[in-house]
Order: sequence, then structure tokens, then C-alpha cells
Amino acid sequence: MAPDRVALYAKMLTCRRLEEAIAELWQQGRISGEMHLGIGEEGINVGVLDHLGDGDAVALDHRGTAGMLLRGVDMAAIVKECMGTVDGLCGGMGGHMHLYSKDHLAASSGIVGAAGPAACGFALAHQHLRPGKVAVAFFGEGAMNQGMLMEALNLAAVWELPVLFVCRDNGLAITTPSAWVTSGDLEERARGLGVPGGSVNGTDVEAVWRATREMIDRARRGRGPSFLHASCMRPEGHFLGDPLIRMARSPVAETKTRLGELLSATTSSDGASVTQRAASLGKITAMLGRAARTRLGHAHDPVRRMRTRLTIPSDDLATLEREVELAVANAVEDALRSAPAAGGEVLS
Amino acid sequence: MRRMTYAQAIEDALAQAMAADERVVVFGEDVHALRMNLYARFGKRRVRPTPISESAFLGAAVGAAMAGLRPVAELVMIDFVTVASDALINHAAKVEAFSGGRWRVPMVVRAGCGGGYGDGGQHEQALWGWLAHIPGLTVVVPSTPADAGGLLTAAIADDGPVVFLEHQLLADDWLEYLGSGGRTTITYDVPAEGREGEVPDRWHPIPLGTAAVRRPGTDVTIVGVGVGIHRAAAAAETLSRDGISASVLDLRSVAPLDREAVVRDVGRTGRLLVVDEDYRDFGLAGELAATLLEAGLTVRYARVAVEGTIPFDPARERQALPNVERIAAAARALM
Repeated sequence: MAPDRVALYAKMLTCRRLEEAIAELWQQGRISGEMHLGIGEEGINVGVLDHLGDGDAVALDHRGTAGMLLRGVDMAAIVKECMGTVDGLCGGMGGHMHLYSKDHLAASSGIVGAAGPAACGFALAHQHLRPGKVAVAFFGEGAMNQGMLMEALNLAAVWELPVLFVCRDNGLAITTPSAWVTSGDLEERARGLGVPGGSVNGTDVEAVWRATREMIDRARRGRGPSFLHASCMRPEGHFLGDPLIRMARSPVAETKTRLGELLSATTSSDGASVTQRAASLGKITAMLGRAARTRLGHAHDPVRRMRTRLTIPSDDLATLEREVELAVANAVEDALRSAPAAGGEVLS
Repeated sequence: MRRMTYAQAIEDALAQAMAADERVVVFGEDVHALRMNLYARFGKRRVRPTPISESAFLGAAVGAAMAGLRPVAELVMIDFVTVASDALINHAAKVEAFSGGRWRVPMVVRAGCGGGYGDGGQHEQALWGWLAHIPGLTVVVPSTPADAGGLLTAAIADDGPVVFLEHQLLADDWLEYLGSGGRTTITYDVPAEGREGEVPDRWHPIPLGTAAVRRPGTDVTIVGVGVGIHRAAAAAETLSRDGISASVLDLRSVAPLDREAVVRDVGRTGRLLVVDEDYRDFGLAGELAATLLEAGLTVRYARVAVEGTIPFDPARERQALPNVERIAAAARALM
């Protein structure tokens, strides 16, 4: 069975446009606090969630806007929740990191790794109440060092829970290169806990879709959990305004205040040896260089990659893209109507 | 005297302690980037980024402290201590008692805390009352740059476990990192006196468990920590225009609690108003009431604290956190 390429593309494009619109609202100061988006990981979100249906459950992390959308949550309700309005998905109580939809059995959390145990619980309820239904946990590779997620893998294996653990790997745990803080191979780690799995290029939505199909099927048949390790590139880093990305992209503006402090720290008396200080500076430079290279080129962009594979007439493609853009624009317009007026007073 | 921001004061005091004592090591998530200056100066052995494994690295801090180091472990946000609470509650806090006082755990846990920048109820909690509830833990909440540096110096020198809470509105590095992210389109209600101020040329420890009178007054004593102190000072200013003289007492640490200072000041004014950014029930506010009752004082009492999960919506977030209007209204009601 092959996926519907046009449908996958339309879903990915909707996620992309929605998250771009949220990013713009954030840049305009209409959203307070942090903002973690999934731009660059649409191939994983869509390739996995395309297999889910009514009654299936999803445990999301702090990066859950696309997941909610793909489970069928109203787009405007998501945007409104990001802005904190009373008619948002959660009445403005949760914000983008704490999106919940009971109707869709979809819950998120701002605590790294928390999706693992949550998905186990959803799956346990499925075993009792909804046989044949599955639960999916989404998390980053940084979460693979969180104890509760490791415990959840083991629990899912021994209880043969219908869970798919999806690890979205952008190579950075917050802003620390994962290679510095993660030992061994993640797929092997999951297998060591009794959860079989596979690795896939997460920028190839069809590859994700195919890999997931077997895993979901296995879970539905009561054969237990699986682990999907999917790579991706997130151009905005950990969150919008990621300091490393900013420093790398606008080195003069962003580093002029930091640079003086850094130089005086490096040259002050009392401290590590010259060799160790040079090593630290080398690491900092390498880190910024890596951030500077974090751009979503064609090869890493799941949306553009899929677009080039489409064989539908260009007019149809243009219509589809216009429809997606219109849907997002309408949702944003709707959200802006219920947003706080200038001066911070909430319209009621 | 020098002028520093709250965040610079913390880093400067930490650098001073690291330069003076090789046993002081720093680890936590992203510290090579968040503490880039310390990383450059002291090298990767003493400033180590950790995996996102709070229970492992906080537990390791306990062991390292027991075995001779003086670790300063960074948790990013105190909300995340819940993931690693075993290390603090069942181990760091207990070792001294379990060993009959023969073994102590000289560690500091640094963490951001507090709300007002729009991250919602899982990233803006105070939790100082919850932590102070545990015997064996010291919980420090500085409200000014000078206090931040002096209290951190004392925390590192202390032979027991200290939780050092940096308010995310006062620490400009945290606020920039979490709240603005390089944007100029958004502003937060940051108390200027807490964000930046005069600090000593060289850091000296401020004894843990000593309150400071921020403003003398005769009619009501407003007690709190952190940002609450600045909101209380602003409310006191408003109240003075109505002829109400409010004293503002900064506890500076929740545990040890400077009960004497509270009893002394409230004994004079006859009224206590607690301003607490932590949850209202079963916490600091109730503990202060118990303190007065145990001292035999019968006074008028009120509390302005957080009553439920902090809403994400900035307008409701502002209402949920103790603000100047709520504090002033509560003080007037006590008259």
C-alpha cells in the first residue's frame, strides 16, 4: 500500500504555514514567553499521524502544535490558545506548551520525556477499553536521556502496550549537541529495553509513513510497542529566538555585549590552563558555526522534497496551496479578532 | 561599589567562588552556552553541560558533594526539580541526619523560578514553600543583585544543600532567553531595582536566614521574597499616599526563616500581610501565621498569593500573581 502523496503534502504544508503564522504572531509580540515549533519536522509528524484514526491517542511534548492540528483539532483554536485567549483550545490556560484535547485523546507537556509514560497510560486504557487502538509518544532525542522515558520503554515492552515511541532527532538537546551528552545508539538502546524499532530519514515523509505503518499495525494486533528514530533539521533551533542561532546569524548585533564579557572571562587570572581555555573557545566557535549552518535547504526540507515528487497538474497544485494558505489566514484572522485589544485588556 | 544586573552579580559571585576554590564545579543543561564566560575561563572539566537527565545529575551532585566537591548544579527551572526530587528530598536533605551529623552535602542547586513572562503554569512556579517544607534543605530567594551575589557566596560556602532560586523576571539572562528571545515587540513588568543595582567590589557572604527591612513602616508589615518584595514596595508607596505606613520585610531565604525579624516587626505594626508568589495553601504564608501565633502575638493577618495553576493568558497571569493592586487592597482591608 502506498501513501497518498498529495494528501501528505497538503498536511505538511498546512503544518508549515500554520507554524509560520504562529511564528509571525510571536515576532509581533502577540504571544508571550517561549515558542517551540516543529518547522522542519513535518515529515515525521505527518508520516506518523497519517496512520491514526478515531480513538487513537497521542502524547506530545512542548512542540505539539502540529500534532494537535494533524489529529483534527481546529486550527483557529490552536492559534487562539497560543495567544492565550479565552476561546482558545484550553481557554487560554495552557499556551502552546500545554495543549490538550480530550475529544482527540491528545495531550502535551512541557516536561521533557513526559510523553513516554503518558502514552503508556493511554495504551493501557486502550488494552482495557478500546482494543485495537494505539498511542503515539513524540519526543526529541534529548528526552532519550530522561529516566522516565527509559522506564516507559521498559514498561511498554513488559506490558506489551500498543505504543509507538517516536524520537525526532535534530542532533541538539536544547542547545547542546547531542553527541556531547548521549552515548551509544538510540535504536539499540530501545531494543535493549525490549522495544524493537527502526531508523528513518525524517525529512522523507513517505519513508516515515512506510516505516510507521508496520509499527502501528504491530501495535494494533497486540504485538507490543515499537520505537521509530527519525532524523530532522529544525532551522529555528530549540525555540524561536534561540540565542545560538541569533548569534550565528547576526554576530555583530547579538555578540557585541557578550563578546567583551567573554574576552575578559577568557583572559582573567585564576582559571583553567591556557590549553583548556583555548579548547573551550574552540568548542564555542564550533557551536556557533554549527548554528550558522542550521538552515532548511531543499535536502532537509520535508515539504519541498515532497513537492518535487508530486505529479499532479500545476494548476491543481496551485489551487491546493492557495486553499491551505487561505485556511491558515482565516484561522489567524479569527484569532486576532478574539485577541486582547491594545493596552492588554481582554475583550469579552 | 560596582553596578551589575542580577544575572551578572550571580555569575560574578560564582566566578569568584570558582577562582578561590577548585572544588567548586558547575554542571547542568546547556551550561557551556548559558554560562559561556565561565566555560571559557574555567574549562570543560569544571563547567559541564549535562544530558537532560535531572535525576542523574542532581543525584550525582549529592554524591559529588559527599565525596569532596562543592557542586553548583543548574536545573534551568525549579519546575523541573519534580523530575529529580528524590535526589533533593530523600538524599541531599537526609544525609546529614542519617549519618548522625557526620557527613554533610555541600551543594547548591541553581534554578530559575517565578512568573510574569508568559510561559504558563509548568514553567513559572515558585515551589519554595514546597522545598522549604523538607527538613535539611536551605531555600534562598534573592530580590536584588547585591543580595543575589552575597547569598550565592554564602550558599556555596555553606556545608549543606542550598536551593538558590533566581527569579526569571529579575535575572535578565533568563528573561531574555525565555521571555523575549531577541524581540523588541514585547515587554514585561520588570522591577528596575531588582534587575540592576549596586554591588560590592568583592563578594562577602550574606548570612543565610537573615531578613532585611526594605522600607520601615508603622501600620502594617508586608513580608515576602523575590519579585514580591518589589511589588510590595510599590504598593507601600501607593499606600503612603493614603496615609498608611507599610513596612516591607524581605525574608531573603524561606528556610531558614528569620522568624525573629517577622515577630519583631509585626509586633510593632500589629498587622501582617504576606505577599507570596508561591501557592497560598500549606506554604510560607501559613507558616508565617503559625510563627506569630507561637510567639503569642494576636494580629490582623492577610495573604496575597497564587491560588491556583498560573494561567498562560498574560492578563490572567498578571491577576494570578501578586500584583501591586491586590497587595494595596489587602493592606487597606487590614486597617
